[in-house]
Amino acid sequence: MKLGILLLNPLLSPSYGLIVWTLFAFLIVLFLLKKFAWKPILKSLQEREDSIQSAIDTAKKAREEMASLKSDHEKIVAQAKTDRDTILKEAREIKDKMIAEAKGLASKEGERIISSARESIQNEKMAAITELKNQVATLSIEIAEKILKQELSEKDKQKTVIGNLLQEVKMN
Amino acid sequence: MKGRISIFTLIFFFLGFIFFSNTIFAADESAKTDQSEKFNPGEFIIDHVTDKYEWHIIGPHEGGISIPLPVILYSNEQGLDVFLSSKLKNEEGYHGYKLNHEGHIEAESGTSFYDFSITKAVTAVFITSILILLIFTLVAKTYTRRQGQAPKGFQSLIEPLIIFVRDDIAKQSIGVKHYQRFLPLLLTLFFFIWISNFIGLIPSFPGIMGNISVTFTLATIVLVITLFIGNKHYWQHILWMPGVPAWVKISLLTPIEIIGIIQRPFVLMIRLFANIAAGHIVILAFVCLIFIFGDKSEAGGWGFSPVSMAFELFMNAMELLVAFLQAFVFTLLTAMYIGSCLEEPHHAEENHH
Repeated sequence: MKLGILLLNPLLSPSYGLIVWTLFAFLIVLFLLKKFAWKPILKSLQEREDSIQSAIDTAKKAREEMASLKSDHEKIVAQAKTDRDTILKEAREIKDKMIAEAKGLASKEGERIISSARESIQNEKMAAITELKNQVATLSIEIAEKILKQELSEKDKQKTVIGNLLQEVKMN
Repeated sequence: MKGRISIFTLIFFFLGFIFFSNTIFAADESAKTDQSEKFNPGEFIIDHVTDKYEWHIIGPHEGGISIPLPVILYSNEQGLDVFLSSKLKNEEGYHGYKLNHEGHIEAESGTSFYDFSITKAVTAVFITSILILLIFTLVAKTYTRRQGQAPKGFQSLIEPLIIFVRDDIAKQSIGVKHYQRFLPLLLTLFFFIWISNFIGLIPSFPGIMGNISVTFTLATIVLVITLFIGNKHYWQHILWMPGVPAWVKISLLTPIEIIGIIQRPFVLMIRLFANIAAGHIVILAFVCLIFIFGDKSEAGGWGFSPVSMAFELFMNAMELLVAFLQAFVFTLLTAMYIGSCLEEPHHAEENHH
């Protein structure tokens, strides 16, 4: 029993000197650490966590942006393709139209030229024909004059010619 | 890297050697000096665990190597007396002060005085404090120097612990709203206890958390904080619990709750003190076993030595775990007490139906 008390007593009796010094030391440590250690450490830990989080967020955002850019890009390409197709189509149409128009014009012109040529040919022909008729008339007159001169140079002949002529006329 | 490890190993073995030889030598001496009596393990252990006015390093108490520490005494008659503890060693004492058989200072005139001596434990508290200040200001400097970079070196050893205290102790127990206010206290408590427990395992260093005065101080700080920060809801639940008949409150609930306020830090104090003191006592007890066997026969003492050493080694490894565990438990419970003081009455509606 005596040993028990001896064992416990010095262990369990607090000494105020040690309490005061411990309190003093602990409070100083607490104050100094709070100011010079915990504040910067916790602050930079928080900052680092925040920066990591924001980096992750930024990466996510960039990925989303890239995806949207890609879809935009695809849209633009598709738009360009359809635009190109319509332009090509229009161009083809215009070309066809132009060709058709040109053809129409050309054929019309050709017809006009041909018809005018035909007309002038006709005119020329007519003129040539009248000329020929005139020539033939003069020639026949001349021929008739010559024949008459020859025929009428002898009396006998004159009488037969006139007689034939008269016969002809009577028959007519 | 390999060279560094081998240096640490050397230091470790050296310290271990000193520790074993130190305690064994001291035990051997005390066994030899009291040749007429038998070896008293109880006295030997208590002598090693309790506070001293000098820092005994190696060798017997008389003539061994020990560092004298300043003794600071104040009495109304004699005023302030500051002197080295080595002056108390001679028979007549110093300025009327003498060491008695239990190792306490007595005034020869029998008058009362105040003792604020820098004892072995106080010195250990100071050394621990300086060490903690050095470690954490250096780590903080690393943080400001390496802003936004990955942790490196000693920083990466400390950082998981800081995050552990912040996220798993403070945030969990106090809540997101208030935890930041108490983070410096909790971090300081945690590292103060943990590092002093670690240092206490170094041979000839006292485990300051195995001294009830130190744990008393820490528990008192916790008590004072919980007394001051408690909100209305907390005090209402302690002094006048709603929804309970008045006679039950007066006769039972309120006294129990008021005892509870004191009891919680009291338990903190006892748990930390008892765990650390017990660890040291058990290690010393294994050393004592050698001499208890040696008292019977010399061969028995030698024969038991390896067994004792193995148990000591095991206990030292255990103490490394206990050092962390007790720091964790003390900090966690402190955070929980603080958390309970700040609890919001969120379940008030449920109580009314």
